[in-house]
Amino acid sequence: MINDILNQYKPVASEEVIHWEWVGGAEDFPGDAGACVKYKGLQVAVFNFTRIGKWYACQNLCPHKMEMVIARGMIGEAGGIPKVACPMHKQNFSLEDGSCMTTDLPALATFPVKVVDGQVFVGFNI
Amino acid sequence: MTNLVVVGNGMVGYKYLERLVSHPAFDAAQYKITVFGEEMRPAYDRVHLSAYFENKDASALEMAAASWYSQHGIELKLGHLITKVDTAAKVITTHKEEQYTYDKLIFATGSSPFVPKIEGVNKQGIFVYRTIEDLEGMISFAKKLGGRGEAAVIGGGLLGLEAAKAVKDLGLNAHLVEFAPMLMGRQLDAKGGALLREKIEAMGITVHTSKNTARFAGGEVVEAMEFVDGTSLKVDMVVISAGIVARDEIARTAGLEIGPRGGIVVNKYMQSSDEDIYAIGEVANFLGFTYGLVAPGYEMASVAVNHVLNVDASMDAMPDMSTKLKLLGVDVASFGDAVDAAGTFVPIVYENKFSGIYKRINVTPDGKKLMGGILVGDAEDYNMLLQIYKNGMKLPDNPEDLILGSRGGEGGGMGNVDDLPDAAVICSCENVTKGNICCSIKDEGAETVKAIAKCTKATSGCGGCKPMVQNILEAELQKMGRVVKNTICEHFQYSRSELYDVIKIKGITNYDDALDTIGIGHGCEVCKPALASIFASIYMETANEQPSIQDSNDRFLANIQRNGTYSVVPRIPGGEITPDKLIAIGRVAEKYNLYTKITGGQRIDLFGAELNDLPAIWEELILEGFESGHAYGKALRTVKSCVGSTWCRYGMNDSVSFAVKIENRYKGIRAPHKLKGGVSGCIRECAEARGKDFGIIAVEGGLNLYVCGNGGANPKHAILLAGGLDEDTCIKYLDRFLAYYIKTANPLTRTATWLEKMEGGIEHLKDVIINDSLGINAELEAAMEDLISNYSCEWKEAIENDAVRKRFRHFINSEDRDDNIEFVSLREMKMPKAWA
Ligand code: SRM
Ligand SMILES: Cc1cc2nc3c(=O)[nH]c(=O)nc-3n(C[C@H](O)[C@H](O)[C@H](O)COP(=O)(O)OP(=O)(O)OC[C@H]3O[C@@H](n4cnc5c(N)ncnc54)[C@H](O)[C@@H]3O)c2cc1C
Ligand code: SF4
Ligand code: FES
Repeated sequence: MINDILNQYKPVASEEVIHWEWVGGAEDFPGDAGACVKYKGLQVAVFNFTRIGKWYACQNLCPHKMEMVIARGMIGEAGGIPKVACPMHKQNFSLEDGSCMTTDLPALATFPVKVVDGQVFVGFNI
Repeated sequence: MTNLVVVGNGMVGYKYLERLVSHPAFDAAQYKITVFGEEMRPAYDRVHLSAYFENKDASALEMAAASWYSQHGIELKLGHLITKVDTAAKVITTHKEEQYTYDKLIFATGSSPFVPKIEGVNKQGIFVYRTIEDLEGMISFAKKLGGRGEAAVIGGGLLGLEAAKAVKDLGLNAHLVEFAPMLMGRQLDAKGGALLREKIEAMGITVHTSKNTARFAGGEVVEAMEFVDGTSLKVDMVVISAGIVARDEIARTAGLEIGPRGGIVVNKYMQSSDEDIYAIGEVANFLGFTYGLVAPGYEMASVAVNHVLNVDASMDAMPDMSTKLKLLGVDVASFGDAVDAAGTFVPIVYENKFSGIYKRINVTPDGKKLMGGILVGDAEDYNMLLQIYKNGMKLPDNPEDLILGSRGGEGGGMGNVDDLPDAAVICSCENVTKGNICCSIKDEGAETVKAIAKCTKATSGCGGCKPMVQNILEAELQKMGRVVKNTICEHFQYSRSELYDVIKIKGITNYDDALDTIGIGHGCEVCKPALASIFASIYMETANEQPSIQDSNDRFLANIQRNGTYSVVPRIPGGEITPDKLIAIGRVAEKYNLYTKITGGQRIDLFGAELNDLPAIWEELILEGFESGHAYGKALRTVKSCVGSTWCRYGMNDSVSFAVKIENRYKGIRAPHKLKGGVSGCIRECAEARGKDFGIIAVEGGLNLYVCGNGGANPKHAILLAGGLDEDTCIKYLDRFLAYYIKTANPLTRTATWLEKMEGGIEHLKDVIINDSLGINAELEAAMEDLISNYSCEWKEAIENDAVRKRFRHFINSEDRDDNIEFVSLREMKMPKAWA
């Protein structure tokens, strides 16, 4: 069962996007923090990293204890790599490629984000 | 091309392969490697087998995933029992009669539990303790018993103790049955054994010594154990842990030399009597003994790898058999010649029946060398003593300082990591020396224990050497002239107290400005909450002002719990509450279906609130007159009280009123770590005030103020700061004390640890608080006054502000609730559904 949920989340590269889901206006998202959006049963954490002017998205599910919480984690950077720390046990994941930076947990699936005219879209291949 | 075959895929067989393929002299093109394992899973960590009872996660125990083998071109054949070796033809045969040839053969077949031939030993309900399957068998059998009943473990050695704890954790009444008159007879002396027995019994395990089992009685299933002395014990389950026997059966029939008490005899290169056949791990008999520990096995693996690769290495002495029990809650260790049966050495013994500590060291008659020792009840010094012993280091002038600590005079009794020779093996699991560790620091730039582990693997085995590796790291960095600067993280090159001053002096008011003016990069989860705490302390800002730098719990003003729901803790100052307010809490809990519990801090916790319900729940609580209890923040938690002179016939003052007063005085104040207080009406101390960061106890003639205590993992009694105070002076001292702590402590440092690291200790603290030796008291008092007068309830702020309320939606783009949250019922309430 755990794996069923985990397996729903597969990373999406920009060139694979077949649907850009509109998830809200940029002002709906907190600065330098995360918020969660829903698409076809998936929970996706969207981060507005204001300080470096970038947006990121990844699965909301933490592969450590399978909790839907990543959007509530603190973001930051280590050695230049933007990252999020899970709020549960502070495991760190790269926002760029989802890889775990603190142990050998499986990577978070990441999704492309684009902001057009102040509107935020997340790219999916389903 | 060498055709290399390993028989046995256990801990040591795996380590052999790992060290072989990573050896600089290894050329993959020259080898065809096959490993046969009888078990159905790739090698796993048997040492931590008991963890399986807790997490039932076999993959967490894996030494390496099956894919590791294929990545390294190793053919892994699981479920293959080797039944025969033909040394002349160099062919092995599996239980399915398949045959494979080899050029070099490595035996790593380990051992199996020794099962005495006792009548009835084949009955159901009797287990051994060696494999994951054994544990699964025990778990399902205990389930059948309904998690109740009597379980006996036969054998009072290291493993037996571990097994007894395990069956107890399965819910059964545990009995430990030992043939000898004492426990751990191989490692301990009579006194140590007796103290250990007390500790084990205190854990709820019944110990039976001098019991020789004659028969297992019962039908198909075991029902009782009958002993030779005529007594018996009713049992529903038995675990036999009476020793191990080397799995040398196929080597025996192949004609290899076997030791008189078992084990394949090997030379110092780990070669058996056939030079193309090696034996390593528990199956090997070296210098007349077999070794039931993993570290000697790993050392053998290294030697055998080197020999196959023609690199010079050998095992020249008997491997070290020192051990530390890893049982939770009992500290036991022994090293070297612990028992000194021959009576050659001089024992030095420290025994404290009151605190349950027994330490013994054996030194040479000239007092120069440490030969062995025993630690029961306090094994903190084990690593250092082991090093002193192994490296033959010079002892202090008074060798008793080693176990007592130096009393008076210069320095501690314990040796210093600097005195260790480079050859000292610090991590015996991975055989890493002090020299290796220093190299990784000096030449490879490792600056954290984690980085050292990456370079050298030290600490990655049992982890017992971590404190020592940390010490070496600090000493080396210092020697390299690096001021070991206590910086909070890579983004700010300051300690917390420096940051506090810099931020205050420069008047920096937000995090981004701090990063731009005095920091580097873009921050992280360490400096953000640390700065949030500093801003809160200097400007009394609540967690609502800069939400993105708050620790995740403060951002949502609640504590995240299993399944991502939150707990709600309203403040109940001093633990005093009216019936009306009790009813109000009950009503809210009922409405939102929350699990309620009386906490250890004399208030009520409501668990299982979903993020999007938090504002509504708090709206109702605030309407009923409640405020945030700051249970999520590094802030004042509770001031516990006892009922005091208003009701209690012994009370010397009205402790409840005073507790309510100071809880209200300091509520909302953030600090480097959480803060707790207590007020007791007399020295019976029912409020446990001395287990708190600050505690007040009423005595004849006034109030005693104690500071810097805590409960938790490492309990410390608070120490008297001043006695016989009136209320106003007590509060004045408290103000200064708290302000001084808030200004100077490192992040996440409780008051006890802060005091421990403080130069001059409690005397210095008294001097600052009472005599104003630093001349900062006026400043401290003003800072505290500022904090107190600017308090506001941050939950009230939150519910009154629509922008803040928005933070608590689960989805930005949908009104749906989190459909991932599932509860199950628990005693008329609920709890999170566990992951299957
Ligand atoms: C609810 C409660 C247990 C209970 O059911 O009784 C509890 C629950 C938690 N404690 Fe505690 N502690 C509770 C009383 C205590 C006490 C007893 C006391 O305060 O008198 C102690 C020992 C006293 C002390 O702190 O010195 C205690 C020592 C700890 C520690 C160890 C602190 C230490 O310095 O060693 C932690 C871990 C930490 O804070 O880092 C901890 C951490 C926690 C956390 C926050 C762990 C977590 O992050 O989830 C738990 C949060 C529960 C929640 O969501 O509300 N809890 N905890 C108690 C809440 C008291 C309250 O009303 O606020
Ligand atoms: C519960 C428990 C706790 C322990 N705690 C500690 C501790 O705290 N400290 C410590 O140092 N040690 C501890 N040990 C001992 C440690 O686990 C062993 O020393 C270590 O596992 C030995 O490794 P090995 O490879 O020699 O044997 P094993 O790990 O037993 O591996 C041998 C493997 O070979 C297989 N095999 C045997 N015969 C054949 C055959 N003919 N064909 C194919 N495969 C075969 C076996 O099935 C087994 O998988 C503990 C052991 C247990 C069971
Ligand atoms: S003792 Fe541990 S499990 Fe119990 S509440 Fe405190 S932190 Fe949680
Ligand atoms: S659940 Fe994410 S780190 Fe543990």
